[in-house]
Amino acid sequence: MPKLIIDGAEMDVEDGLTLLQACEQAGSEIPRFCYHERLSIAGNCRMCLVEVKGMPKLAASCALGVNDLRPGPEGQPPEILTTSPLVQKARSGTLEFLLINHPLDCPICDQGGECDLQDQAVAFGVGTSRYDENKRAIENRNISPLIKTIMTRCISCTRCVRFMTEIAGVEELGQIGRGEGAEITTYLNKGMLSELSGNVVDICPVGALTHRPFAFTARPWEMKKTESIDVMDAQGAHIRIDTRGGKVLRILPRENDAINEEWITDKTRFVCDGLKNQRLDTPYIKKNGKLRPATWAQAFEAISKRMNNIDGNRFAAIAGDLAAVEEVFALKTLSDYLGSPHIDCRTENCSLSPDGGRAGYLFNTTIVGLDKADVILMIGTDPRSEASVMNARIRRGVSTGQTRVGLVGAQVDLSYDHDYLGAGPQTLVDILEGKHEFSEVLKTAKNPMLIVGEGAIARSDGRAVLALAGRLANDFGMICEEDDWNGFNILHTAAGRVGAMDIGFLPGEGGLDTNGILAASETGNMEVVYLLGADEIDVQRLANSFVIYQGSHGDNGAAIADVILPGAAYSEKTATYVNFEGRPQMTMRAVFPPGEAREDWTIIRALSQALGKTLPYDNSMELRKQIYEVAPQLAAIGQITSEPISSLRELSHEAIRIQPTPFVLAIDDFYLTNPVTRASVIMAEMSTLKQEMNAEQAAANSKGMVQTHG
Amino acid sequence: MLSDKDRIFTNLYGLRDSDLKGARARGAWDGTKAMVEKGEDWIIDEVKASGLRGRGGAGFPTGLKWSFMPKQSDGRPHYLVINADESEPGTCKDREIMRNDPQLLIEGALYASFAMRANVAYIYVRGEFILERKRLQAAIDEAYAANLIGKNNVHGYPFDLYLHHGAGAYICGEETALLESLEGRKGMPRLKPPFPANVGLYGAPTTVNNVESIAVVPDILRRGGSWFATLGKPNNAGTKLFSISGHVNNPCNVEEEMGIPLRELIEKHAGGVRGGWDNLLAVIPGGSSVPCVPADQCQDLAMDFDSLLEVKSGLGTAAVIVMDKSTDMIRAIARLAYFYKHESCGQCTPCREGTGWMWRVLERMVKGEADISEIDMLFDVSKQIEGHTICALGDAAAWPVQGLIRHFRPVIEQRIEEFTKNPNPQGAVKAAE
Repeated sequence: MPKLIIDGAEMDVEDGLTLLQACEQAGSEIPRFCYHERLSIAGNCRMCLVEVKGMPKLAASCALGVNDLRPGPEGQPPEILTTSPLVQKARSGTLEFLLINHPLDCPICDQGGECDLQDQAVAFGVGTSRYDENKRAIENRNISPLIKTIMTRCISCTRCVRFMTEIAGVEELGQIGRGEGAEITTYLNKGMLSELSGNVVDICPVGALTHRPFAFTARPWEMKKTESIDVMDAQGAHIRIDTRGGKVLRILPRENDAINEEWITDKTRFVCDGLKNQRLDTPYIKKNGKLRPATWAQAFEAISKRMNNIDGNRFAAIAGDLAAVEEVFALKTLSDYLGSPHIDCRTENCSLSPDGGRAGYLFNTTIVGLDKADVILMIGTDPRSEASVMNARIRRGVSTGQTRVGLVGAQVDLSYDHDYLGAGPQTLVDILEGKHEFSEVLKTAKNPMLIVGEGAIARSDGRAVLALAGRLANDFGMICEEDDWNGFNILHTAAGRVGAMDIGFLPGEGGLDTNGILAASETGNMEVVYLLGADEIDVQRLANSFVIYQGSHGDNGAAIADVILPGAAYSEKTATYVNFEGRPQMTMRAVFPPGEAREDWTIIRALSQALGKTLPYDNSMELRKQIYEVAPQLAAIGQITSEPISSLRELSHEAIRIQPTPFVLAIDDFYLTNPVTRASVIMAEMSTLKQEMNAEQAAANSKGMVQTHG
Repeated sequence: MLSDKDRIFTNLYGLRDSDLKGARARGAWDGTKAMVEKGEDWIIDEVKASGLRGRGGAGFPTGLKWSFMPKQSDGRPHYLVINADESEPGTCKDREIMRNDPQLLIEGALYASFAMRANVAYIYVRGEFILERKRLQAAIDEAYAANLIGKNNVHGYPFDLYLHHGAGAYICGEETALLESLEGRKGMPRLKPPFPANVGLYGAPTTVNNVESIAVVPDILRRGGSWFATLGKPNNAGTKLFSISGHVNNPCNVEEEMGIPLRELIEKHAGGVRGGWDNLLAVIPGGSSVPCVPADQCQDLAMDFDSLLEVKSGLGTAAVIVMDKSTDMIRAIARLAYFYKHESCGQCTPCREGTGWMWRVLERMVKGEADISEIDMLFDVSKQIEGHTICALGDAAAWPVQGLIRHFRPVIEQRIEEFTKNPNPQGAVKAAE
C-alpha cells in the first residue's frame, strides 16, 4: 500500500490504483474527458493533469499508477497537488484548446444540460475566448439510424472507439486522419450495427454522438426520471425512464455492477416509440367478426356470459413473455378458482420444469460469477442476441485470456474468439463420453460452466438435452458444493418467464402445456383461452376457442381475440420481474397506461369479481403478501437466493433419447422479439437494415469475396 | 578541430566503396568476435565510459539507457529498434550513414543487441528514404551472406536484423509511436510509464536508439570508451555529425568534435555565412524543433548540449539552420509552425488544437495583420502546449515560436505597426461604377 500526500493530506492507497482514482478517494475532484472507468486508458484529453512534486512535467493522473511514483530523496511519500496554480493553468489551457474548435451551439445541442464539456467549462474554464480564427468543421457521418452525429463537436477523446472495440467487440468505429484533421468515423462510411451501439451516446462527453430518435425533443431538466427495470430480455438491466407529460421520451441505463454495469442494449434504449404505437387503450369486443370498442363493464359482461358455468377443464390460460409476477399470480389464482389445471407460461414450448428444483431453470452461476469462469460451454444459444450486455461480460473474460468458450449449436458471431464444437445434441454426447477434444478442456478447467439456450430445449427431445446438460455439469465438476460453484445455467430470453415459473404458472395435475392447449383448442375441446400478453404462440390455432386477450399492444394475440382487455406496458406499472439469475426486481411506474388501460393484476381482480370468483386481495400489498407466501424468494427484491445444488443431480437421471437435428436459435431477429418492439418503427428499421446487411454479406460471400467479420 | 585519425565516419561523403569489402578495408567488423566474447557488461561499461549521449535529439546517456533493460529475460524476447525515421527539418546525418557507411550501423546493431540480450533488431526507415532503404537492405544482405549476422553467424551470437519501411509520418520518429507503427498500428505515441524498456515492441522489453548512436558504437569499442571520452567536452563527449544548411556558401554534413564553436563550424566546413559572418541573423542550432539563437549570441557559441541549453536552445540533432539578414524570421517560424500542425498526430488536445492556432496567428503576423497583444497571447498559447502532451511534439511545436518571440519581438511589433498604419497598400477597393 503506497503512501501518498494528496493536497496536503497523507493517505494510504491501494496498490494498482491510478493517480486519478487515488485523488478521487482523497476527495479531490479531477476533471476528465477521455478517461472512463470501464474502458482502456487513452490519456489523450490532458484534462486530468496533476502536479507531482519532483516530476519535471505535469502528469496525466488517469494513466499514472500510484505504484509508479517514487518516494522523495529522504523517503517522504510522493506529494500530489491537484489545485496548484500550475494545474489550474493547465486545465484552463486544455479547456481553451477544446473549445476553440468546438461550435458554440449549446442552445441547439441535445447534450446541453448533461454535457461534460459544458460542465467543466463552467467549473474550470475561463469566460472568454482568445481565439479569433475560423473554426474547423467536420462533415457529419450517417453511421446509424440510432445515433446522430455532429462531428464538429467531437473532441477526439476516442471513448466511442474504445467502447466499440473493447466492450461491443466490433471494430466498426475508428479515428482517421491526424492532427486537426483527425475524425471519428466508421470504416469506409459503413453503418454501425452492434446491438450495444447506443451506449456510445452515453459515453460521449459532448454532443457529437447523440440519441437520434430523441433529437430536439426535450431538455434533461424538464423530464421526470423514474428508476426502473428493463424487460426487453431476461437480464433485467437497470434503466432510467425519462418522461414528460405522460410520454416516455427516452430510456437510459443505470449503473449496476452485478447486472448490466452501465450498458444497455439498443433494443432497451430505443424501444420507447413502441410504447406509444399500437396501444390498446380501451376494451374491445368482437361482434360479427369485427372488434369494436367497448366499456369495461361490457367487456366483463361478454366474458361472464361466455364463461357462465364453464367446466374448469375447458378453460386454459397462457402467460406471455412480458407478464409480471403480480398478474400471473392473479391469473393462476383465478384459474384455480375456476378449477382449471391448464395453465402454462412456457410459450416457446421448452422442457423446463421445477422438477430439478429452482436451480434447474436458473442462470445459477450468476452474471457476476461469469468473471470467475474459465471455460464456458454454450449449448444452442447466442448470448449476443439473447442477453447482449451479458455477452459483453463474457467477451471481457475471453479478451483477457481468462475464459475459453465452446459453442454447440448454430454458428454465430459471438464477437469474440470461441471454439465451434458442433451443431446438435450428438456433439454433447461426444463431449460427455470423452470422444470430443473439448472434453479435455472441460476436465482441466477450474471453474467450468455451461449455458443452455432456449433453442436447445424448446424441441421434442428437450428433456433429453436438459438431462444431457445435467450430466455434463455433474461429470465435469461444474457443480461443486465445496467451492460454492454452480456452473449449470439456463439462459432465458423472456423477462416474465422465471417469475411465472417461480409462482408455479405451469400445468397442474392432468393439465395441458402450451402445445396441449393449442391442440385442444384445434379439436374444439377448449372453450375459453385466456392470453395474458401471450403473442409468441401460433395464435391461429386458437380459432375454435373464445379468446380473451389481455395485453398492452395490438399484436398477434389481439388479432384473434374475442374480447380484449387493455393492460399496461412495463413502463406503466409497478411490477415484479425475476431475471434469469432468479433475482426479483421491481419496475416503477413512470407514466400512466393510456386511455382505459389498467394495471394488469387489477384487471384480473375486477374480472374475477364479475365472474363471481372474487380474488382475495384488494390492493397490491395484499397481493404481494400472498405471492411471497408461495414464493418467499421473491420478497428479497434485488437479491439472489441461493438454491440447493443437490436437486440439480435429479435432472441427469432422465433417459437420454436425442434427435440428430441441429439446434436452432431462440431469437432469429434481435430487434423484433416482443409486442413492444414490434410496435416500434425504429426497431423495424433496424431489423430491415440488419437483414439487408446480412443479405449483402451473403451475396459477397457467395462471390468468394473476403469479408472481415466485425 | 577533429583530426582525421579520430574520424568515425570515414566514408561520410560516399567517396569510397560503401559495400562490405570497402567497409572492412576501413576497419568495420574488425575484431568483432573478440569483443562479443568480452561479454555484455564490458560493452555497456565501455559505452558508459565513453560518455556517449543519444544522437536522436534528447541526449540521454546511451550506456545508461541500455542498462535499463532487464538483466534476466522473463520469457519475453528483448528487442533493439533503431530509429532511422530521420524527419526533423534540417537534419540529414543518418541518411548519409545509411547510404555510405551502413556496415557501421549493422555492426553497432550487433553489439547493442548483444549487450541488451536481444536476438532481433529492427531498423525503422523513414518512408521518404527510398535509396537509403535499398542501400541499407543491400548491406544487410551482404552481412547475412558473409555470415556476419544471422542465426549461426561467425560471432557466435544469434542475431537477426530486419529493415522496416515507414509510411512517412514525422511522428513515427517518436520512439513509442515508432513502435506502434512497427506493430502495424497508427503511429500514435504511447503513454509512459510503462517505458519501452519494460513494455515495448509487442509488449517486450525494447530499447530504441538513433542510427548515429548505434553506428558510433563499433569504434568506441575498438578504440575504447576512454578515447571517445577525451574528444569534446566533459558531459558532451565524442564526435558528432553536424548538418549545416541554410544561408551558408557550402551546405554540408560534417563530423566534428562536440563543443566546436559555431563560428568555426560554419566558416571551416560550410564556407561561411552568405555575405559574411556579420550578415548572420540567427541560427537554429539543433533541427527545427529547438528555439533559434540570434546572431549576437552566436559569436562564441559552442556546439554541445550544455552550452546550447544555457542560451535556452538545444543541440537536438545538431542540424544547424543558418539564416542571414535576408530572412523573414516570422515567415520562417510560421512555416515551421505549419509543419508541426501538419505532423501532429491528433491524440492530445493541446497539440491537436494548439499547433493549428499558433500557425494561423503566425500566418497573420507574417503580414502584420495582428494585434500587439497577440504576441503575448501566442507566447501563452505555446506555454499551454509545452509539457502538457504525451510526447515531445507539443514541446517541439512550441519552442520555435517561443524562440521567435523571445528574440524577435521588435520585428513582429514593427510588422504589426506598419500594417496597422496602412492595412490596404493597394488602396481601398472601389465599387464598380
